[in-house]
Amino acid sequence: MGPTIRADKAVVPDHPLEDLIRSDRIPHIWCSGCGIGTAFASCLTAMKSSGIDLQKTCMVSGIGCSGRAAGYVDLDSFHTTHGRAIPFATGLKLGNPSLNVVVFSGDGDLFAIGGNHFIHAARRNIDLTVICLNNLNYGMTGGQVAATTPHLARTTTTPSGNPEQPFNLPLLAWASGATYVARWTMLHVRELTDCIQKAILKSGFSFIEVLGPCPINYGRRNREKSLQTLKLYRERTVIRNNADLRDLEIDFTTQVVLGEFVNKERATCIENYDKVCRPLR
Amino acid sequence: MKPAVLTGEHFMTGDEACAEGALAAGCLFFGGYPITPATEIAEHMSERLPELGGTFIQMEDEIGAIASVLGAAWSGRKSMTATSGPGFSLMMENVGLAVCTETPCVIVNVQRAGPSTGLPTMVAQADMMQARWGSHGHYEIIALSPASGQEIFYQTIKAFNLSERYRTPVFIMTDEIIGHMSEKVVIPPAGQIQTEWRPKPKGRKDRFLPYQPGKRGVAPMPAAGEGYNVHVTGLTHDERGYPVMTVEAQEEMITRICRKIQDNRDDIIMTEEHGLEDAEVVLVSYGISARTSMAAMQQARAMGMKVGFLRLITVWPFAESQIRRVAERVKGFVTVEMNLGQIHLEVMRAAGGKPCRLVGHAGGTIISPNQVIAALKEGF
Repeated sequence: MGPTIRADKAVVPDHPLEDLIRSDRIPHIWCSGCGIGTAFASCLTAMKSSGIDLQKTCMVSGIGCSGRAAGYVDLDSFHTTHGRAIPFATGLKLGNPSLNVVVFSGDGDLFAIGGNHFIHAARRNIDLTVICLNNLNYGMTGGQVAATTPHLARTTTTPSGNPEQPFNLPLLAWASGATYVARWTMLHVRELTDCIQKAILKSGFSFIEVLGPCPINYGRRNREKSLQTLKLYRERTVIRNNADLRDLEIDFTTQVVLGEFVNKERATCIENYDKVCRPLR
Repeated sequence: MKPAVLTGEHFMTGDEACAEGALAAGCLFFGGYPITPATEIAEHMSERLPELGGTFIQMEDEIGAIASVLGAAWSGRKSMTATSGPGFSLMMENVGLAVCTETPCVIVNVQRAGPSTGLPTMVAQADMMQARWGSHGHYEIIALSPASGQEIFYQTIKAFNLSERYRTPVFIMTDEIIGHMSEKVVIPPAGQIQTEWRPKPKGRKDRFLPYQPGKRGVAPMPAAGEGYNVHVTGLTHDERGYPVMTVEAQEEMITRICRKIQDNRDDIIMTEEHGLEDAEVVLVSYGISARTSMAAMQQARAMGMKVGFLRLITVWPFAESQIRRVAERVKGFVTVEMNLGQIHLEVMRAAGGKPCRLVGHAGGTIISPNQVIAALKEGF
């Protein structure tokens, strides 16, 4: 499609991701100031620039704000049940190993209700790219505490502050067996896009955590406006590739470490299955 | 290497016959989780699938198992899982996703006594209503109930065919006795086994509507990677597959999903009739309890009682019109099942006011023909 001419005659070029978006489903549901759209755009840009066969590429999501991503991408896309994006994606990949399968979902979906599936998929090293938009709370249901909510942060179900400790997601991913692990914020678009592209091209279980603001539900209750969150992303982060994974707690009162932390080789689930279970074929 | 269809005479358990039926039907994906008394199906598939080019995976739990089965179905494979009560409970949410997204798959429940952990190695037939209504929301489901090792072989093939024809999950509601009992199973030559595949889309890919009903009210189904760029969601959706949050879209989708089963009841419902011509009392049963009922009918007839037997091969959708027809000319019904009254309630509903009795118990052991005879002697 060529450029679109609007009624006011201004020439509006096509969006560079036009061919990957279901534009008939826009406007999307994400709030102003939400970080999901930027991370989603990074993901689509990486899919395109990676050069993979997009007809053989699927996106799988669970439930939640980030879970709606699958509904906006113009590829084979699956919006599954809460927490079950990874096992659904596992079946998709095992059923047809020629597919590229990208899981895009939120922290609540992937690490609370879906936590068990995450660790087992990483252990098996099933060839999936898992992108987790971490906004530190359950946004879609109005801002409840998550497995990623910082200690003492306020949410609708921790009105006095969160008494629990959050997961360190990159450490969890590494300990479970992931062969590629990175973390960025949605402000670090170039680094994020590059890492997603690397992850898509790498076989095995890849995990990328993307920090994104949820100003409406998390920011509001923690006296943090959207722009302030972005300032924290700029001023209180440090890029340290191959950092000690134990140093990756998210604490914006001090410093949050970003970067590429794990990039190693290990036989994938399918390679091992073929080798061990069907050596005669 | 053994072929997919193991033509010949075998002495095998119902669980093994079920697995062989699945392979004969063209199943190439099994996602499972161990649970007595269904584990042998997973074990058999783990051995047989890789040599046939298929994939077996033992998932981290039954929730993951069924999710992987749905994913594999959308990859273009015929896929299945097998479980028992506790696992069946865990699978219920994604049974709803399969119904809503019209994903063909086969789910075997080798029933044991519940609720909860119940009697893990002992028989029951108490998940029948869970099979009907276990996932939330209103929907229709297909469930078959085999009565022998031979029949579970054929019904597993039938389950796959119905699942593909109607793009719906199909349950095989078997039980611990059928699953664990070894019997003679004859597997015919591959050429004599009819297998079906989901309707495939034709025409322009950019104009394809993944939920626009075609023949029998069923929409064609592409696989991932074929270029149709389908969106599949458990949200209420329109014929494009796009979420639509309106009363009208909900009405249209649910009505259509229900009607594709309801309007094809004659094609789906299978029953078997014995001695109904002169019967005054009719036994209604399914699964292993059908074997009890058959023996009871023969003994009762030898004693001079005019007893008939209606065997439900398809349990859901319920053989309502068959019961109604029989009800016009009999005195009453006796439902024989290993629970305290589940299918019995359906028989009562369809019996047109004729008296109905239940011969059942809470589970753990087979019902003996003597218990049925005793009930027949007591009358109504």
